Amino acid sequence: MGVRIEKIDLPGFGVRHDVVTQDGQHIGVLSFRDGHREVALYDPEDPDAILGSVSLTGDEASALSDLLGHAALLSQLSDLGNGTIGLFTEQLVLPSDSRFLDRPLGDTQARTKTGVSIVAILRGNDVIPSPTPAEVLRMDDLIVAVGTREGLDKLDKLLAHSQV
Amino acid sequence: MHDETWMLIEVGALLFGLSLLGRLAIKYGQSPIPLYMTAGLVFGSGGLLPLHASTDFLSSGAELGVVLLLVMLGLEYSPTELVGNLKSSARAGIWDGLLNAVPGAVFALILGWGPIAALVMAGVTWVSSSGVIAKVLRDLGRLGNRETPIVLSVLVLEDLAMAFYLPILSAVVIGASLLEGAITVAIAVGSVTIVLYLAVRHGKKLSRIFHPEQPETLLLGVLGLTMLVAGLASQVQVSAAVGAFLVGIALSGQVAHNAEKLLAPLRDLFAAIFFVFFGLTTNPADIPEVFIPALILAAITMSTKVMTGYLAARKAGIGRPGRWRTGVALMPRGEFTVIIAGLAVSAGVQPLIAPLAATYMLITVISGPVLARITDTAWFKQRMKAAAKREGALVGSSK
Repeated sequence: MGVRIEKIDLPGFGVRHDVVTQDGQHIGVLSFRDGHREVALYDPEDPDAILGSVSLTGDEASALSDLLGHAALLSQLSDLGNGTIGLFTEQLVLPSDSRFLDRPLGDTQARTKTGVSIVAILRGNDVIPSPTPAEVLRMDDLIVAVGTREGLDKLDKLLAHSQV
Repeated sequence: MHDETWMLIEVGALLFGLSLLGRLAIKYGQSPIPLYMTAGLVFGSGGLLPLHASTDFLSSGAELGVVLLLVMLGLEYSPTELVGNLKSSARAGIWDGLLNAVPGAVFALILGWGPIAALVMAGVTWVSSSGVIAKVLRDLGRLGNRETPIVLSVLVLEDLAMAFYLPILSAVVIGASLLEGAITVAIAVGSVTIVLYLAVRHGKKLSRIFHPEQPETLLLGVLGLTMLVAGLASQVQVSAAVGAFLVGIALSGQVAHNAEKLLAPLRDLFAAIFFVFFGLTTNPADIPEVFIPALILAAITMSTKVMTGYLAARKAGIGRPGRWRTGVALMPRGEFTVIIAGLAVSAGVQPLIAPLAATYMLITVISGPVLARITDTAWFKQRMKAAAKREGALVGSSK
């Protein structure tokens, strides 16, 4: 299922990418050559004219794309684990008193003990896809896991184990 | 006092005055170009306060202004944009040429100025001002609109067409015999084509001469190369402006991007001098005589520009309001009108071309951006809705 994106040159200014959403709406992304970006929405009464646009600096644009990127990753994951084949996706918050805090992921032995796969860790604005056992868990990490209902419940308990 | 001292005083006072005028224009959302030119009229021969010591400097400055305007234009476009536009919008470019150059030429013939002046006037009325229009589109927040690429591609094609038109014009105005003229034109057009081809194909190699991260050497290098090529081009009748434009096109990537930033302040300075100088060389006493003809010509060719834009946008599948927006955006004429008129006047084609072109350009530059706002008014939107409804009713009744 591809997304329709058209690229249109704006000679002298930069380029405009036109994203056509599934329900037929257009989103214009203007990339100017000086690096600043604008996101524009179109007027339903006059589809050639923009209704308004939001100007973004390079940093703001990349922060926004990260946000949307998280959403995209999560929606892909929930597609995978929509329950029809007995798999579920869950985001688990690492409890602040967990004994796995500041310890490598491998120490949890999550896979062996619960049969659940940890497919990503969300940390602030960063996504760590397919983390290795060496990845150290930090405060406020969101752990994205795929597994059976039972396995996920077990993992939840396992992570909640407080420091002894 | 020495002449140099007077030169400093005159140019200094002039630039200072231009800055104040510019602030005034920007405050009212206008382009400062008309005021620069008016300042030139005031200080020129026959004006209120003729300048003396600084005319040499201003004359060289104006020449440099043309070169800088054109090299910046070339730097703004990448070769791929040029080729892409040529392929996709060639037809719009041809309509644009026919609809807007022909009225100018016919006008010159009606006034009995002869065929050479007709060729000049064709150029005067043909080309819209990329600088003014880019600013209008930005100010009115239309850069994201779907018709804007059409406006821009018309401008690109006009600029590209100038690379061929200007050499032909410079060959014709020097009044060579038919054979000599044909040879000069062939050389001019041939060399432009070759340079354009090389620029598109091998521009990257040229860019490698320069180091993009050394502002000083980059500035000197790009400016030097541009002036050198412009001078050589002028020597073989290709016109300095075209030489500069081609250098701008040939440079690409980071070098072009950084050179653009470095040259922008220079361009602002010398382009202002260029407009002032054209005002200086125009005798304000001639303006009343040409005012009415200029007004008529402006009315006709602003309408033909609207038509050009409307047709080009319709072809690209833009809705009715967007077609009008395309048309009204294209109305202002600017730098090329003045460059072409200047070329003709210095070759002594028809002295009245200068005041006519100046008045004409002032009318379009002042009224164009104001008229471009019509499509944002409630009145216009209401009319568009009514038209759409009528059309809907027609379609309904024919079922």
